[in-house]
Amino acid sequence: MIPVLSRPDSLGRFGPFGGRYVPETLMPALAELERAFVEANADPSFQVEFDRLLREYVGRPTPLTFAERLTEHAGGAKIFLKREDLAHTGAHKINNALGQALLAKRLGKRRIIAETGAGQHGVATATVCARLGLECQVYMGEEDIRRQSLNVFRMRLLGAEVVSVTSGSRTLKDAINEAIRDWVANVRTTHYLIGSAVGPHPYPWIVREYQSVIGREARAAILERTGKLPAAVIACVGGGSNAIGMFYPFAGDAGVRLIGVEAAGEGIESGKHAATLVAGEVGVLHGAKSYLLQDEWGQVRETHSISAGLDYPGVGPEHAFFREVGRAEYRAATDAEALEGFQLLCRTEGIIPALEPAHAVLTAVEVARSLPPEDSVILNLSGRGDKDMQTVAEALGIVL
Amino acid sequence: MTRLETALRALRTRGRTGLIPYFPVGFPHADSTLALVAAAAAAGADAIELGIPFSDPLADGSTIQRATTRALQNGVTLGVCLEAVRAARASGQTIPLLLMGYYNPILRYGVDRFAREAGAAGLDGCIVPDLPPEEASELRAALESAGIALVPMVAPTSTDERLRLAAAVASGFVYCVSVTGVTGARRELPPELPGFIARVRAVTDLPIAVGFGVSTSEHVEQVGQLADLAIVGSAVVDRVDCPTTAEAAQALSEYLRELRGAVAAR
Repeated sequence: MIPVLSRPDSLGRFGPFGGRYVPETLMPALAELERAFVEANADPSFQVEFDRLLREYVGRPTPLTFAERLTEHAGGAKIFLKREDLAHTGAHKINNALGQALLAKRLGKRRIIAETGAGQHGVATATVCARLGLECQVYMGEEDIRRQSLNVFRMRLLGAEVVSVTSGSRTLKDAINEAIRDWVANVRTTHYLIGSAVGPHPYPWIVREYQSVIGREARAAILERTGKLPAAVIACVGGGSNAIGMFYPFAGDAGVRLIGVEAAGEGIESGKHAATLVAGEVGVLHGAKSYLLQDEWGQVRETHSISAGLDYPGVGPEHAFFREVGRAEYRAATDAEALEGFQLLCRTEGIIPALEPAHAVLTAVEVARSLPPEDSVILNLSGRGDKDMQTVAEALGIVL
Repeated sequence: MTRLETALRALRTRGRTGLIPYFPVGFPHADSTLALVAAAAAAGADAIELGIPFSDPLADGSTIQRATTRALQNGVTLGVCLEAVRAARASGQTIPLLLMGYYNPILRYGVDRFAREAGAAGLDGCIVPDLPPEEASELRAALESAGIALVPMVAPTSTDERLRLAAAVASGFVYCVSVTGVTGARRELPPELPGFIARVRAVTDLPIAVGFGVSTSEHVEQVGQLADLAIVGSAVVDRVDCPTTAEAAQALSEYLRELRGAVAAR
């Protein structure tokens, strides 16, 4: 039997993972959010509005591009790219941001808070808040604000307030802590729009549902183009939202390998990485039980990745479940491998990927190479690379 | 009935409002804990909450965040916290002791191992702010077999149904979070507090504590009119943040006597 859970159990668990490890203050709001989500799913008018905005505003469906020259380079199965980089705001993040913002309106909550690391989720949230007329406040680590000043400017142009987080390591995990503290204080009027498939139930479920449009479109397109299912689908994993969105619609297809690629930073053995599923242990962070990078005393470890979007010590609970039951495989790519994949895709396909999916390019090549030409693999190109120009230039030793 | 509940119920019989200070283990200095426990007990505290520091304290405001970060820098682990309880008992302290901290360090240590060692060390109760009743059964069972209370937290946003859920599994006392917000001293207690406490009182006969934002003798007196126990956290942390342990102990002692002024009058 293929272990796919159409929804988590009544305690919000995927197998032993997930749940609601949050202060009591938030528990009623999580129950309210779950009710609203279930009702919205059953409400045709909500779906019509959501689909219309995905089509007219986000630009869906995004293309499935045959990567002809990358396929030649690999010398094996055909490689297809799911082009989330072509969605409005340049990444898959907007799918979930739009769905949750519509949900917030349905709940009568006019104030939206969000966390962001690299700024992609912050930009997506600021964008949909502008479009839907909602107040928006984005928490961002002081360190990330410094590294991603362009995205900070974008969010402000879109009318969002960007709040600098100076606690802890001043990066994504601390931005989430601060957003949760805000939510605890303002829960009656505010919706917390989480950007990845993490957090307390029902967030991992909601984010998976709103991102599954990626896998549904990709599955329909590949069947139409090749007449059969792909041998593998491949995605990068930080918190895991683009990956779960790609994997879930294929999870019931026994012949399709699901391969997630985490950030190995300077190498797993260096300790400077963000490869939670590859090198972490079970723990509780930000409201869910999952895998976690932690020390022997259960303190959360600081992570490292060249990609701010993967620089997170936790991972979504459904990925932990897929790992546990063996439905998906998880591996990790170093900063150097990500840069190599980044440049390879630029030169072979004329596509500048974000550093996050760049982590999965070499894996796609390697998997394709091991398969015959009549097979196919799909790489989820979760975002475009404009935001990473400065980082890549620095890493390549080039002064802009 | 747990040891903790017995001790706190005795306060009610005597008509005394209980006072519970909070400070992290290993704060302000690595070796401060024993002296602060002794000072608190001598100054009339009725129980003590010792904080287990955690890297990601998402229910805490800036004061306790800073204090627990310092404790971590001072080398405090869950093992050090258990040792602090053991040392306090070895020095003859009989005051009820609670550990308060987030779930992950306990999970990593091993829930059963933690309960066993905490019981042997002489711990009376645990408060875990990110462990609502739905997630607490494993820890509750382990603590129960070690004779340790797992004190639930309830909030102004808790529905009556959730208050009943918390009350049904509560032991020791029920911790009422006074505000919709994180820890931190506040100028005034919220006007909705009496209504909230009345809702809690309707579902439990256990002692009721009020915490978050309690920082003055007036607050303690107001709490005393509504509930059994006042918990003072951030304000204590502010007062004990002194250059030496001796000064910290002195400051704690003075502050508790100041708060106790209001309590003794009752």
